[in-house]
Amino acid sequence: MNTTQPLPPPLLQLEHISLSFKAVKAITNISFAVQPGEICALIGPNGAGKSSLLNVINGVYRPDEGAISYNGETLHIMQPQHAAERGIARTFQNIALFKGMTVLDNVLTGRNLHVHSSWLEQVFNLGRAPQEAVRQRKKAEEIIDFLDIQPWRNSVVGNLPYGLQKRVELGRALAAEPKLLLLDEPMAGMNAEEKQEMSRFILATQREFTTTIVLIEHDIGVVMTLSNHVVVLDYGKKIGDGKPEEVRQNPQVIAAYLGTKH
Amino acid sequence: MLYREAGQFISHYRADQRLFRLRQDRIGFYLLLASAFVLVPYCGNDYWFSAILIPFLVLSLAGMGLNFLTGYAGQLSLGSAAFMAVGAFSAYNFNLRVEGLPFLLSILLGGVVAGLTGVIFGLPSLKIKGFYVLVSTLAAQFFVQWVFTNFAWFSNDSSSGVITAPPLQVFGLDLSSPAGRYLLTLTIVTALGLLAANIVRSELGRNWMAVRDMDTAAAVIGIAIPKTKLLAFAISSFYLGIAGSLWAFTYLGTVEPHGFDINRSFQILFIIIIGGMGSILGNFLGAAFIVLFPVLMSHIANGLLAGVIDAGHLENFQKIVFGMLIIGFLIKEPNGLASIWQTFRQQLRVWPLRY
Ligand SMILES: Nc1ncnc2c1ncn2[C@@H]1O[C@H](COP(=O)(O)OP(=O)(O)OP(=O)(O)O)[C@@H](O)[C@H]1O
Ligand SMILES: [Mg+2]
Repeated sequence: MNTTQPLPPPLLQLEHISLSFKAVKAITNISFAVQPGEICALIGPNGAGKSSLLNVINGVYRPDEGAISYNGETLHIMQPQHAAERGIARTFQNIALFKGMTVLDNVLTGRNLHVHSSWLEQVFNLGRAPQEAVRQRKKAEEIIDFLDIQPWRNSVVGNLPYGLQKRVELGRALAAEPKLLLLDEPMAGMNAEEKQEMSRFILATQREFTTTIVLIEHDIGVVMTLSNHVVVLDYGKKIGDGKPEEVRQNPQVIAAYLGTKH
Repeated sequence: MLYREAGQFISHYRADQRLFRLRQDRIGFYLLLASAFVLVPYCGNDYWFSAILIPFLVLSLAGMGLNFLTGYAGQLSLGSAAFMAVGAFSAYNFNLRVEGLPFLLSILLGGVVAGLTGVIFGLPSLKIKGFYVLVSTLAAQFFVQWVFTNFAWFSNDSSSGVITAPPLQVFGLDLSSPAGRYLLTLTIVTALGLLAANIVRSELGRNWMAVRDMDTAAAVIGIAIPKTKLLAFAISSFYLGIAGSLWAFTYLGTVEPHGFDINRSFQILFIIIIGGMGSILGNFLGAAFIVLFPVLMSHIANGLLAGVIDAGHLENFQKIVFGMLIIGFLIKEPNGLASIWQTFRQQLRVWPLRY
């Protein structure tokens, strides 16, 4: 007795995406789908086009060809701001925090799309502003608690160690209460302990906030334990797509990536 | 034992969001305000009002204006004096041409016109970055000065574009004495200073800093960059416009377009470099430095070096020392006097421990 349930419609679907920078073809005809609630890992050797693909998904780069459907809507031209408004948040490979601001302020900026009072109300502290300030602060503090970064709340992020900055950047993304979270190497440059901690936060994010996550990661061990779905890129082409166990067996993947790395 | 925070537990977010979190800071601020409003008008003399305190206050306000744009929003500008001029000349014309318009309202409207002018010259910043924004503000600087010099209408056909202060009447009070002009300036600068502290701690202030620190990331988290930048130009120029009116009417009394030339823009820029980018307090520290430094230098020259240096040399000497100080600040303390003050305060808080 094995009744296969029909899959729910994917949250994110990429169709025939291609992207090039002058002579460099960064992404060639890539299609894949991300199911709601899953952690999808994007893996592949350096320069495979992983970061470029995330940049396409949230509108930082415009693909030469192809379409993206997100949450039932097909988007041809995506702007970063449109992506944010639709609940797509992300972190960057080279931390892109606001270095001169405190941890708390960084997290609060992540909430900017949830702010309803106008700048005039805020500046004169009138109308909706006073209550909203408290409400936003509470939300930000929840995130700060969730990530265990209370002691650094008022520290300027530029002065924090790298691992903590990565965590704060996750916090800023989570503050937006995203439906889809794009993480570009959230564990790069971390030691085993820090990686484990970060893995816990990512899993907790998936569980507690039911956030769908697309994650780029080089550490295969981490990928295998975290992800429900793996997409493998090499030289801008997709060479594998499936459950972690399946991808692991794929000879093309072993040759291109796993083989060379281990 | 004076500077201790023991027992001051903050249990509400609203309390944590106050301008001064420590009771000592709050009391110190109120004492400062009280003495500025009550004590100084009694004790000060006309020289101090006219030559030190009023320009200090006006330049602090102008510093705030530029600091919003450059220190907080990260947009370089060399057009501060242009927006000051627009404020002053607009206020003058409103007052001249609208029968019975109160003085304060004229200044306010002058600020609004300056703000709108700022938005126009800020438009290029939506397409270009960094150094090129500087060029746009430089264009504002030369264009505005050219307009006010060459179109006599703006100065009511006076010779060489000179404008003169309207009667300084506020709510029926005549404030044309030095003490009156000081109090008028102090009131406006205090009100706008408190507002400034609110602005930079609001979402708008955070968005400015986000655009300054990393604009791609700001766009990715959904901050509307064009609106954020243009509001920086608008509010910055509004403040500069009000400062321009005060410069013309409560400080100088009469002013010509040349009074708002590029040297003035540089002066405002030096205030925020010395005082501290991205700090409200820094504007006051920087302005105090800029106003007091030449006074101090000439006292030293007259006292110690009497007869050794003549007046012409003294001015050059001042410029050299000043230039070296600016370079020194840029290298050693890019966050200016405000940051030195913060470090000192922090040490006071934990004294006698090291940290
Ligand atoms: N802005 C850009 N301009 C020009 N070329 C780019 C740009 N961004 C990426 N590329 C090129 O596109 C290709 C894919 O780069 P991408 O950063 O997406 O790889 P990646 O898979 O994220 O690699 P890594 O694991 O090193 O982060 C590379 O050849 C890179 O040089
Ligand atoms: Mg990458």
